[in-house]
Amino acid sequence: MAKILLKGNEAVVRAAIEAGCRYFFGYPITPQNEIPEYFSKELPKVGGTFVQAESEVAAINMLYGAVAAGARAMTSSSSPGVALKQEGIGYISKAELPAVIVNMMRGGPGLGSIQPSQSDYNMCVKCGSNGDYRNIVMAPGNIQELVDMVIEAFDMADYYTNPVVILADGLIGQMMEPVEIKQPEVKREMPEKTWALTGKNGGEPHRIINLNLDANELEQVNIELFKKYAVIEENEQRYEEYKMDDAEYAFVSYGTASRIVRSAVNELRNEGYKVGMIRPLLLWPFPEKAFEGKDHIKKYMDVEFSMGQMVDDVKLACNDKHKVEFYGRAGGVIPSVNEVVDFAKKVMGGAQ
Amino acid sequence: MAVLFEKTKGMTDVKTHYCPGCTHGIVHRLVAECLEEMGELDNAIDVSPVGCAVLALNYFNFDGIQAAHGRAPATATGIKRVHPDKMVLTYQGDGDLASIGMCEIVHAAARGEKITTIFINNGIYGMTGGQMAPTTLPGMKATTAPYGRDVSLQGYPIRVCEMLSTLDGSKYIERVAVDSPANVIKAKKAIRKALETQKAGLGFSLIEVLSTCPTNWGKTPVEAVKFVKEEMIPYYPLGVYKDSTKEEE
Ligand SMILES: Cc1ncc(C[n+]2csc(CCOP(=O)(O)OP(=O)(O)O)c2C)c(N)n1
Ligand code: SF4
Repeated sequence: MAKILLKGNEAVVRAAIEAGCRYFFGYPITPQNEIPEYFSKELPKVGGTFVQAESEVAAINMLYGAVAAGARAMTSSSSPGVALKQEGIGYISKAELPAVIVNMMRGGPGLGSIQPSQSDYNMCVKCGSNGDYRNIVMAPGNIQELVDMVIEAFDMADYYTNPVVILADGLIGQMMEPVEIKQPEVKREMPEKTWALTGKNGGEPHRIINLNLDANELEQVNIELFKKYAVIEENEQRYEEYKMDDAEYAFVSYGTASRIVRSAVNELRNEGYKVGMIRPLLLWPFPEKAFEGKDHIKKYMDVEFSMGQMVDDVKLACNDKHKVEFYGRAGGVIPSVNEVVDFAKKVMGGAQ
Repeated sequence: MAVLFEKTKGMTDVKTHYCPGCTHGIVHRLVAECLEEMGELDNAIDVSPVGCAVLALNYFNFDGIQAAHGRAPATATGIKRVHPDKMVLTYQGDGDLASIGMCEIVHAAARGEKITTIFINNGIYGMTGGQMAPTTLPGMKATTAPYGRDVSLQGYPIRVCEMLSTLDGSKYIERVAVDSPANVIKAKKAIRKALETQKAGLGFSLIEVLSTCPTNWGKTPVEAVKFVKEEMIPYYPLGVYKDSTKEEE
């Protein structure tokens, strides 16, 4: 298929429909409004349904119903709206249902700003609802990745019967790039949705449970969930290594921030610095494998659009917090390449 | 020997956890009987949010899901949009529907969602131990209104049927009670009518059932039924509040 020029938010819709998503539930919030708007235009053409929910709380609970009914469905929002969805995400995680949730992050806390940000890492990767659970979190760095990840997210959600969060930011949502909409490279054997609410049709009733009053029973539920998470941690660590072969210093950065870091790496390389970048493509499971066998790295330089959230995972993954330096801008401010280069030079000293 | 009464196939044999004299069980039976009589047990999906009836899906012999507190109408919306040909019902308490979930029920009704809501009004939070509900009567005691509900401080009870019947998406709204055999028969008719409204695809339907909570009211089962008759019905008059099923057909 030929490449087409798409804005990030529109690309989400095109990719989701390609993946067979036929239901969307959402509530307006900048900077992701094109997603519900475009869905409301496109879904009726493919026999799907768009519902503008009365709130993000309602939207996530509609999604809970739709995925429990066996459909491919999604919701999207931006930071304050995703905060409201947390309870529902916890319910979907506990019920082990497949759902796709897009977060086009904006500056926070509170109402914050409408500028792009990465300050929902903790909410989405560490999981902001009550209880022990994990969501698969994907971090696209360009529009092609966004498309590929949205399409794969539906497969992953079905395969692991688990929510998948696409954690992007306002810049990804608004920027335009040429993309190709194609089926995922990884073909998975999809389990049949025998648990779906379809009416019992002469058989046993389907029951989707969220309450276990017996503590031992609930502990067992947790243990089973974590067995599944262990499989995901083993199978789904994904990252890109950029100019890491001979690197002595490594940036760690994801999403839009990694685009700036990539330019900074190029500039520093031109000046003779042996520097590269580890870019997590999935934030959970965090790509710990990327840090294995890298004892020679003198410093990790974590760059985020936040006051520092992923940096905690980098410290854990490299197993030496003294090796980790952080640079970030918050509230929707985007650092320039020069700022990142200056930060790196301070960290590396004269180590060309 | 002729069989005069048989347990509906719409209920399982599981023993319920409801307190003696609680009318949740009667309402469960009526819902299950109606679905059975309509031949819909294979097609029905129950949405049970948090509240004493969160375990209802263990008692109903058809599909079910446990929803978050107050959000059953949203979850039911998601299910119904995926399966427009199934019978989808929510079974909600008054804390659930009229307090934390007021937004979801109003909008489900306004959208004319083709679902049926069974709304249990027992004037109290049952599951959490008798706190004040939006439906607690003036002067009525609750664990968070130990001196009785003082309307000057705690406001007035909400009459849900009256309110929802103003919405165009609401097609059948009735308030019933289960305090006497005659009223139980009327309640069943109402539930049947609401389910038929859904089946015909007309829009939103809701049956409010004035129900007992002897445990948290501090009453015996007999006193509790008397309380429904003497205190609740005068404040929450029984009857059909909305019936636009004729115009719609
Ligand atoms: C978000 C949230 N808040 C509070 C609770 C605690 N809670 C459980 S049941 C309930 C009240 C239920 O009362 P009602 O809806 O009137 O039903 P009843 O138990 O009387 O049948 C509350 C407040 C909860 N589970 N979730
Ligand atoms: S606490 Fe009240 S509502 Fe709950 S089961 Fe007991 S009597 Fe019924």
